[in-house]
Amino acid sequence: MDLNLNDEHSMGTTIIGVTYDGGVVLGADSRTSTGMYVANRASDKITQLTDNVYVCRSGSAADSQIVSDYVRYFLHQHTIQLGQPATVKVAANLVRLMAYNNKNMLQTGLIVGGWDKYEGGKIYGIPLGGTIVEQPFAIGGSGSSYLYGFFDQAWKEGMTKDEAEQLVVKAVSLAIARDGASGGVVRTVIVNADGVTRNFHPGDSLQLWHEELEPQNSLLDILNTASPEPMNF
Amino acid sequence: MDQKPFSQGLLSSEADSQRTLYPYVTGTSVVALKYKDGILMAADMGGSYGSTLRYKSVERMKSIGKHSLLGASGELSDFQEILRYLDELILYDNMWDDGNSLGPKEVHSYLTRVMYNRRNKFNPLWSSLVLGGVKNGEKYLGMVSMIGVHFEDNHVATGFGNHLARPILREEWHENLSFEDGVKLLEKCMRVLLYRDRSAVNKLQIAKITEEGVTVSQPYSLKTFWGFSAFSNPTVGAEGSW
Repeated sequence: MDLNLNDEHSMGTTIIGVTYDGGVVLGADSRTSTGMYVANRASDKITQLTDNVYVCRSGSAADSQIVSDYVRYFLHQHTIQLGQPATVKVAANLVRLMAYNNKNMLQTGLIVGGWDKYEGGKIYGIPLGGTIVEQPFAIGGSGSSYLYGFFDQAWKEGMTKDEAEQLVVKAVSLAIARDGASGGVVRTVIVNADGVTRNFHPGDSLQLWHEELEPQNSLLDILNTASPEPMNF
Repeated sequence: MDQKPFSQGLLSSEADSQRTLYPYVTGTSVVALKYKDGILMAADMGGSYGSTLRYKSVERMKSIGKHSLLGASGELSDFQEILRYLDELILYDNMWDDGNSLGPKEVHSYLTRVMYNRRNKFNPLWSSLVLGGVKNGEKYLGMVSMIGVHFEDNHVATGFGNHLARPILREEWHENLSFEDGVKLLEKCMRVLLYRDRSAVNKLQIAKITEEGVTVSQPYSLKTFWGFSAFSNPTVGAEGSW
């Protein structure tokens, strides 16, 4: 079996962006793979563009990093010139410009999300090719294939911040369960009028899905507890 | 996910990395016809990503200036770029402030030049465009393909619509259709496309352009009919067939 250890770094990934009444919640897994090898099991795929705008990266790690670096650089200059924080729409359109004009060379799908005082929380999906689509929620990356049905059923308008974050964590966790290219921890970033909150949800804090078992330290623990004595409550 | 073409083969050199090789997010058919007061155009709101029906609220028809309506199928990012070119064109036209405004014929001609010149550079805008409009009482309906083939007609369709909608339009279109008959005819075409086009989505808009201006309808869905007796038990008498 060829492990393809010299393949380019790709973030198979599951990325999600969800709007709620007052802001946005961005979520992602943390696996970066080189072929079959997991090059980084704790990557941070939710990258800051400005104080109030973040981007979820998927696809080629190099391509998504360079695009977000350029956009961060342009947005910094734009903010100085404008004299106030950049809007989410401007940030998303800068990302779109980079993605569209270099469509032949780039292989990265991005979700731009943030909060500004004019429009509140907004999410923009920018898939391969450089199309820009404003959506109440967006999913991306290889793991997203397993989430279309889930979101069709579970998404509703007017969620609270906590409901939105729980939905994102549940969704990334479900995708990790089925997508080999997604794994590790679930990271979330919440952006609203009050600022930015980063959260970290390690694998063992997530609920178990079908055919998954409660993690143990050792078989020995199981054998020791399964003794002839009756259990005492 | 598509493989990146590291080895581009014999048809290109290392230098020309600038060529659109394949579309990613695509819209399906656009159908349009001339009616008594102007043009009626219909398109669904789907953006497909390969075989996945990924986006279901994409507006694929937009008004251009005062006199034109543009509908597009094919790669959506290229449609968005074309809209930017047209924004600039209309802006410059307005800046002349000379009482003239670009009509559908002129916009169609501009689009044809853009599409054909891109095709000549082996870097096409991967879209099929439908341009309709009314200016000074004259109705205009035309099409431009991604390779620059362009023509005008009383009714046009892109994509699957070419195969499924045009025969219907050829039979049932006539001069001076009323608004109601025009909408019913378009809906007939769109329903067939919904049954038979895998990338069709049941959420569509119909746009109208007359001398007064452009109106794009709210998104809505069509009812479909499945009540044929043959549908409920198709394999009776031939178990195992379909």
